[in-house]
Amino acid sequence: MHDPRDVQVPIGPQHPALKEPESFLISLHGEKITDATIKLGYNHRGIEKGCEERSYIRDLYLVERICGICSHSHSTCFVQAVEEIAGLEIPPRAKYIRTLISELERIHSHLLWLGVAGHEVGFDTLLMYTWRDREVVMDVLALISGNRVNYSMNTIGGVRRDITPKQKEEVLKATGILEERTKYYIWLAQNESTLLERLSKVGTLSRDDAERLGAVGPTARASGIAHDVRKDDPYAAYAELDFKVITANQCDVYGRTLVRLGELMESYSMVRQIMQKLPDGPISIKAPRKIPAGQAVSRYEAPRGEDFHYVRSNGTDKPDRVKVRAPTLANIQAVAKMLEGGYLADLPIVIAAIDPCFSCTDRLISLRQTDAQSKNTATWESLRLKGIEWYKSKGIDFSSLNKKLAESL
Amino acid sequence: MLKAIFYILVFPGFLFLFMFGFIAEYVDRKLCARFQNRIGPPWFQPVADFIKLISKEKIIPQEADATIFILMPLLALAASIAPILYIPIWSEHAAFSFDGDIIVVLYLLTVTKLAYFLGGWYSRSVYSMIGAVRSLTQLFAYEVPLFLCILAPAMLADTWSLSGMVSFYNHHLGYWFCNILGFAVALVSLLGKLEKVPFDIPEAETEIVAGAFTEYSGGLLAMLRMSLNIEMVTGVSLLVAVFLPFGLKLHSPAVIVLIYLAEVFLIIAVITLLRSLFARLRLDQMINFCWKYLAPLALAQVVVNLILKGVLPR
Repeated sequence: MHDPRDVQVPIGPQHPALKEPESFLISLHGEKITDATIKLGYNHRGIEKGCEERSYIRDLYLVERICGICSHSHSTCFVQAVEEIAGLEIPPRAKYIRTLISELERIHSHLLWLGVAGHEVGFDTLLMYTWRDREVVMDVLALISGNRVNYSMNTIGGVRRDITPKQKEEVLKATGILEERTKYYIWLAQNESTLLERLSKVGTLSRDDAERLGAVGPTARASGIAHDVRKDDPYAAYAELDFKVITANQCDVYGRTLVRLGELMESYSMVRQIMQKLPDGPISIKAPRKIPAGQAVSRYEAPRGEDFHYVRSNGTDKPDRVKVRAPTLANIQAVAKMLEGGYLADLPIVIAAIDPCFSCTDRLISLRQTDAQSKNTATWESLRLKGIEWYKSKGIDFSSLNKKLAESL
Repeated sequence: MLKAIFYILVFPGFLFLFMFGFIAEYVDRKLCARFQNRIGPPWFQPVADFIKLISKEKIIPQEADATIFILMPLLALAASIAPILYIPIWSEHAAFSFDGDIIVVLYLLTVTKLAYFLGGWYSRSVYSMIGAVRSLTQLFAYEVPLFLCILAPAMLADTWSLSGMVSFYNHHLGYWFCNILGFAVALVSLLGKLEKVPFDIPEAETEIVAGAFTEYSGGLLAMLRMSLNIEMVTGVSLLVAVFLPFGLKLHSPAVIVLIYLAEVFLIIAVITLLRSLFARLRLDQMINFCWKYLAPLALAQVVVNLILKGVLPR
């Protein structure tokens, strides 16, 4: 299969098309891609292990930082699992506020994606326009939560901030502006000839392949699979809201664009419904510091697809195990399929079309001793010792500093 | 002799083009920014970028062929400056002219592309090589329509010298309208030559970093970027001379130069508008477009001009 005339082109771990380190080794025959090898694992941050070392409340802030775009998704997914174990039923107003933030987050994420997609096909004007409009929703998020990215809205047993009538007005005003702009972008996507040329019939993923490879979110919905956790397994206030699951049958990047744009319109309508139905009452209930022993799985429809958290508790104030499966991990297998037989020029947009978030995906690492056939897995403690030894070998020794620190305390 | 040196080094040669290149780059960047709803750079930005690049370290890759790697930016710069000597700017006559200089101008503008190709190819990096090959492949797509479009007015004027063409069209002003179709096609082909969106395929940053220029740094990169700017100016000047030869009969050279500058900036503005309107095409789509639409239209212009030459009074 491998042709010696083929050129191997490394796209990543460092490459201007990728915003995060990830390796795509591409075999090129002329401009055509014959083979793509995807390597994960350049951005492991040890967050799952870190969660086991901290209390539930501190974990909330850690999981919020798994992703810079869908921060609310991860923290809500985690807090839902914890609340299920603790048997907490949060007040309806808190549910609505969580849903509101999650939809606003979807709006900002999809607008961001549209701009990135424009940039990947060399349409920088679209990037500038969408990112300018994205500022509107970022301002609203900052108004409600005080932050543009990590909103810190969730707490175990509810949310931390209430919504005032003044903020309500601002949200509705912003929704109106954004709806107008999105209508324009839908028109643009359907009519701009060079954009259509670059998006349609690119990175095709048939319905069967999408099912077989377990694609989620807009990637799956653009292949005609009407799968949406908000509809299939409603959480927060989604059961009481009226919305459609947007699908497309194009199975290509153009379909994925239409799905995201359609979802934007649904999100605006959902934000309006939430503002109308927002019930009165408290925004949180008191939660115990120690969570009883148990385990729970929580699913959440993040802007990029189904997010999945597993939490196991052991009766203390720290979780026993936290497992996160970010949507990109489910979609990354489909990328290799989409790239097959395509052009090098389409590679950036095909990768971007799943809206990848690699640092969210790089989660698990298991080190085995390379010598002999020993099956020992490196433990936390041995890794720590190895780290200290490594620094000592480089002439950096913290042990004296640690001693001093201990004496001063 | 002294006059020739003045032409080459000061006006309309090196020094003039150097300044003009900076201004053209600034106009292009500022307009593009305004079209994209951004503020854009201050007026000295291109100069500041140039000075910064000059002061940076010059890295030559170990595997690259050092001689060609260093020579190619020089060749590109020289080849992009030279055509201006044959393009009439301040009167009906250019600095130098002979029957057939139109071919030389087109040839020199192609040499710059060849220099980019060789520089990229001998960098021996995958991105550079792909960018270089793309640059050459693209050349075969836009070069034919561009050449045909520029030769068609020459056929009507029955001369192979730019100065001769300019004076012909100045004496037969109405004939200018015959070449409008060719002007449109040449403008689109020029987008391909200058590697601007939607034809910026050879330097598509999201795919192959900076194409043929990926390995270049410091002063060499500054030289390449300068040659890109000057190529834009000379390419547009060629279009102005061939398709918009107005007012060259006037007596004051200063006024003629002002008219020339206004026309150049007008075309640059159109190019900038086009480049902020579209997405980047793929190489195969670009070649299809050039051969399916541009080449037949250019041929049509040639046929029209051949017929008109027989029909119209001289």
